[in-house]
Amino acid sequence: MTSHFRSIAEAGTERVRRLLDLTDHMAAVGRRPNPKVPALRGKTVCNLFFEDSTRTRMSFDLAAKRLSADTMTLAVSSSSVNKGESLRDTIETLDAMGVDAFVVRHRTSGVPWQVANWSPAAVVNAGDGWHAHPTQALLDAYTIRQRRGLTNDFTGLKIAIVGDIRHSRVARSTTEILLMLGAEVIHVAPRTLLPPTSHVPTTADLDEVIDEVDVLYMLRMQRERMGAGIVPDGGEYSRRFALDERRASALRGDALLMHPGPINRGVEMMVDPTELSQSTILDQVTNGIAARMAVLFDLLGSGEIEE
Amino acid sequence: MTQRKQVLGPDDVRRAVTRMAHEIIERNRGVDNVVVLGMQRGGVWLAQALGAEIARIASPVPIGTIDVSLHRDDVGLRPVTPGTSSDVPTDIQHSIVVLVDDVLFTGRTVRAALDAISDFGRPNAIQLAVLIDRGHRELPIRPDFIGKNLPTSSEEEVEVTAEGVTIIEEGVD
Repeated sequence: MTSHFRSIAEAGTERVRRLLDLTDHMAAVGRRPNPKVPALRGKTVCNLFFEDSTRTRMSFDLAAKRLSADTMTLAVSSSSVNKGESLRDTIETLDAMGVDAFVVRHRTSGVPWQVANWSPAAVVNAGDGWHAHPTQALLDAYTIRQRRGLTNDFTGLKIAIVGDIRHSRVARSTTEILLMLGAEVIHVAPRTLLPPTSHVPTTADLDEVIDEVDVLYMLRMQRERMGAGIVPDGGEYSRRFALDERRASALRGDALLMHPGPINRGVEMMVDPTELSQSTILDQVTNGIAARMAVLFDLLGSGEIEE
Repeated sequence: MTQRKQVLGPDDVRRAVTRMAHEIIERNRGVDNVVVLGMQRGGVWLAQALGAEIARIASPVPIGTIDVSLHRDDVGLRPVTPGTSSDVPTDIQHSIVVLVDDVLFTGRTVRAALDAISDFGRPNAIQLAVLIDRGHRELPIRPDFIGKNLPTSSEEEVEVTAEGVTIIEEGVD
């Protein structure tokens, strides 16, 4: 049976822990003079991006290359999808070329599950609608583990996720993995940007929690949501939820400042995070490659024969 | 019934390590350029032990580890387990790497290790030290330093620790 990596919940605790350990291994490979290994020679990874993405697409592409897999990348603007080819036809056509793994990004939730019905290849979810972004969750958890010198037990860590929780697949997947590892998560957002039901504590007052959190996780605020009636206008949102100088100085010295990127400077980020020692933003980018290597190696480098 | 037969005791292992340390020093006319790398996982303790003996007899040498899980020729055939990392503590360019493992069997792990080492640089030479050479090679690889030649059948397992070497045979009742 082919296995996939489509959501944190589907992967389960045991696999998530194994993937974090594998990520640590891959991160060590990335620090070597020659960071490329022959592990997935002869395997083909197809990146299917039906939605704009720079860092996730490049990160998956580089991760596959570091493992010596061949990569193909289909960005929607250059594909036959624009000629009206259905998603199913696209998958079946590419599958006929011989693909071992599809990495799928799509604006509609659930597409990675559909793709798995049409192809025997392994499917990795690179973000589907508002639903899930599990490799982001993996790299976030690994970054916390690395910076705090932890193993896979986050008990006692308090993490605030700030921003548009409701429409964010990053918030959903990252919350899932953090709870799985034992952390305490609080969602900070205006009521209109919280999901209708929540299984973690919520607040609309960032200042109430900022000086006590171990991790401040800022989400990207999508400009198109502003002025659509669900968010106060830009200035009002920033005043209440952005990281400005006053809030940055309230952050504990040993806290971590995380952001999935790309940053909306002047919206959720009024300071230059590269000047804050707490920032892990570039670590997250670097660790993203290792996390995706771990996922691809786990799916394509695995077999049934015991030693 | 599982049969266990101890073929080397702790003293035998210690003497073998001492002799191999002498041989390494002699072959390389000192250890100025020598780096000792233990293969994950079984070679790590032996690399430490050899390094300690070399330091006692001559002078200390850098000791590290090498992980081969991403260089194996059977990737995709076995379950993935989170690997151990390579830790190469020094620049190995132009050095003499003594690669250390507890047991030499098919030679496939050593083949993978040669690839893994070359990712860190181009040593002047790589030499192979093993505590047990049990035969059954599947590749043209031979050790430079051997603790003990131990003829085995390929069904037997060889267990090696600092406390001794044991042949384990899974028998039928």
